Amino acid sequence: MDNGPWTKHKKMAYSDKVIDHYTNPRNVGTLDKASAQVGTGLVGAPECGDVMRLQIQVDENNIITDAKFKTFGCGSAIASSSLATEWLKGKSVDDAMKIDNMDIVEELALPPVKIHCSVLAEDAIKAAINDFRVKNGMEPIELEKSHH
Amino acid sequence: MRIFVLFKIYCMNIPIYLDNNATTPMDPRVLEAMLPYFTNKFGNAASRNHHFGWVAEEGVDYAREQVAKLIGASEKEIIFTSGATESDNLAIKGVFEMYKDKGNHIITAVTEHKAVLDACKHVEKLGGKVTYLAVKEDGLVDLAELEAAMTPETILVSIMYGNNEIGVVQPVKEIAAIAHKHGALFMTDATQAVGKIPVDVNADGIDLLALSAHKMYGPKGVGALYVRRKGPRVKVTAQMDGGGHERGMRSGTLNVPGIVGLGKACEIAGQEMESEAKRLSALRDKLQSALTVLEESYVNGNVDHRLPHVANISFKYVEGEGLMMAMKDLAVSSGSACTSASLEPSYVLKSLGLSDDLAHSSIRFGLGRFTTEEEVDYAIEVTKKAVNHLRELSPLWEMFKEGIDLNSIEWAEH
Repeated sequence: MDNGPWTKHKKMAYSDKVIDHYTNPRNVGTLDKASAQVGTGLVGAPECGDVMRLQIQVDENNIITDAKFKTFGCGSAIASSSLATEWLKGKSVDDAMKIDNMDIVEELALPPVKIHCSVLAEDAIKAAINDFRVKNGMEPIELEKSHH
Repeated sequence: MRIFVLFKIYCMNIPIYLDNNATTPMDPRVLEAMLPYFTNKFGNAASRNHHFGWVAEEGVDYAREQVAKLIGASEKEIIFTSGATESDNLAIKGVFEMYKDKGNHIITAVTEHKAVLDACKHVEKLGGKVTYLAVKEDGLVDLAELEAAMTPETILVSIMYGNNEIGVVQPVKEIAAIAHKHGALFMTDATQAVGKIPVDVNADGIDLLALSAHKMYGPKGVGALYVRRKGPRVKVTAQMDGGGHERGMRSGTLNVPGIVGLGKACEIAGQEMESEAKRLSALRDKLQSALTVLEESYVNGNVDHRLPHVANISFKYVEGEGLMMAMKDLAVSSGSACTSASLEPSYVLKSLGLSDDLAHSSIRFGLGRFTTEEEVDYAIEVTKKAVNHLRELSPLWEMFKEGIDLNSIEWAEH
């Protein structure tokens, strides 16, 4: 696959996987955030140049049946959230909680300056799960703040 | 018709270069003028005692005239340097050292190039005082604020001619008049303006002017500093010690091929600037009007006082780097933080009062001598498609469309 100037130069070396997710993002869209089965996580800030919205739909067995995202940000941020939705589908909520940002870094071969994109994706997953938990009368899970 | 269009696209050099404020391709005529000075005319221009030196010196002298002519100066007022960064440094640090008995205050603006800002910071470390003027929303310096900032200690006012990010052209003549009224010198970093719009050191009242070859289709690594010789006679303290070249202001063996190239580039610019500016501003306006048809797109900086070949446009709710990735057939630049190592969006755009998110969403289109109308048409299509694609992906665009005020949301610190 020829990705033009983006992969030819070291400086702006996006991995093929980032380009693939960026060019053909999976699961772009919106779920009904009012539904009790849907958890929504909105993280980042426009001033920082990254905003991710990640949504999960959870069935009665605590399995994530659908996931959607929309992201304002660079190619790596879009790819991280696209990948996250792919991974979330079919997982139990408990397993989804275990997704670590470094897994995303590894899968997408993100360079050090783009690690924050994976952190944001992990935050978005956790925020979506917590939104779902609170909506369904559960305690939100205490999140470690070590990334920030 | 469709096949014709496809053929035209096929004939274009992709990626299309629309980053002519960063650097310009060298004009083949410039290269041709330079070539002999790499080989047979290789002499050291400072070798006064033989043929080889004389030939090189002749080339340099001719280039000095070509450069001087373009800015209405005399050839004795041109100091060759390695580029505009060196010229800015020499002017600011050199004036500060030379005139320290007269005063220690320098005035500049927050939208200046880093070469000027960092040279001013250096001066501050040496005990100088520097005022960094804010600019108005359109990027222009407020003349009343400049006037108010002048003190009896002010020795230099340094305001750029045309801005590198937004192309805004400052009221140089008025600024010079204010500086002179208060007994200060006026310096301008005219890197982006010389060769693009008429610049005349006497009509404009410029005492020092920095310029660079590679922004006007000349080679990289060569530039000049204009230093006024009459009314007043301006002097700068050399920042490079050595053989006393360039009237003692800049030592170092002259880069003869580069200087010859700079001279030729100035000559061509002088001949073609008028028609080129007309052609490029028409193409730029075409690009700008086609892209501002898109909802929530904004032109940054004053559009009436602007270089003819630049348009800086923010596409709200999309992020600049993500956008550039979707426009990989175009070589443009963005004020987005992601494109720089600093993780801060463009300080120039922020100083216009743009919110960070608009600064992150900006793209600078810089047209040039070799930009064709087909390329501009193609750039319009690519950009429109990319903006629409990314807005489909943008949660902010969705919220905007739903009428949600983004300022009402408490964004998590990240």
